[in-house]
Amino acid sequence: MKGSIKIDREQCKGCGLCTAACPKKIIVFSDKLNKKGYYPASCDGQEAKEGNTAECTGCALCAIVCPDIAIEVYRE
Amino acid sequence: MKQVFKKPRLIKPNTFHYCPGCGHSIIHRLIAEILEELDLAEIAICVPPAGCAVLAYNYLDIDMGEAAHGRAAAVATGLKRALPDKFVITYQGDGDIAAIGTAESIHAANRGEQVSTIFVNNAVYGMTGGQMAPTTLLGQNTTTTPGGRVASIHGNPLDLSEMMAIAKGSVYIERTAVNNAKNIIKTKKAITKAFKVQIDGLGFSMVEILSPCPTNWKMSPIDACKWVDEYMTKIFPLKVIKDLTDTGKKDAD
Repeated sequence: MKGSIKIDREQCKGCGLCTAACPKKIIVFSDKLNKKGYYPASCDGQEAKEGNTAECTGCALCAIVCPDIAIEVYRE
Repeated sequence: MKQVFKKPRLIKPNTFHYCPGCGHSIIHRLIAEILEELDLAEIAICVPPAGCAVLAYNYLDIDMGEAAHGRAAAVATGLKRALPDKFVITYQGDGDIAAIGTAESIHAANRGEQVSTIFVNNAVYGMTGGQMAPTTLLGQNTTTTPGGRVASIHGNPLDLSEMMAIAKGSVYIERTAVNNAKNIIKTKKAITKAFKVQIDGLGFSMVEILSPCPTNWKMSPIDACKWVDEYMTKIFPLKVIKDLTDTGKKDAD
């Protein structure tokens, strides 16, 4: 694993821009609502049924396009 | 693992009130990052607009001074002249700067006021419910132009940035967008350059930012970002409209 991201599921409004921006397409929508009533984006390996979170390169494109600054990016 | 991206220090921990997919909060983040990088946080004063971003003080941890609708350029002029050591920016939407505040903005640019303007263009009046703005594209459906904007009835989209470039006191005008990662990075560079114009005391600088408004365009956030590329940039091309940063000082003398 070269990188990883942490999505704040309560800040996320489920706009989906990160799912479109991710070059590996490993960010998916959670199937559980957050407190605001949105289906937040998820990439934590448990809720992400599709995609392989181990493919994250830490490119930060998801965080750059995130309008709610809900994504933190880590890289080795 | 090393953290390579986090919330900027100047963004407060509140949840943004903006709709999902709105460009405003991306622009807030860029401003916060740049003010931090240029070490301007302690002296920055922002004048937000009447519009969705009127609550910018909830998110940006810098000094703010609210202005009447459209009059941000006039208030910023006063702030900068009374407090010349401060760093003054105005943050305005298209309904704010291109409709009710055109006079104040054009004259601030013409006088070459030492302020930086962020002009967020989303082609509608956002906060009031998606009415036609001066920047609405021909054929675009809004709540006040059902069936699309028609030039013979509603006039043509207003190229405010080109008008500001004609004004003698403006030094740097660029139009960018925040609809994808590449354009967001370019926008950050443009805002940084505009801020440096003020630091160097060259004159008026403005960055026009095309920003998606999925709610009032009645589109999904991803479709709204595509719409910016397919339609908005045809009418409002992304480019440097005026750049006198190399020659600006000489012109002023």
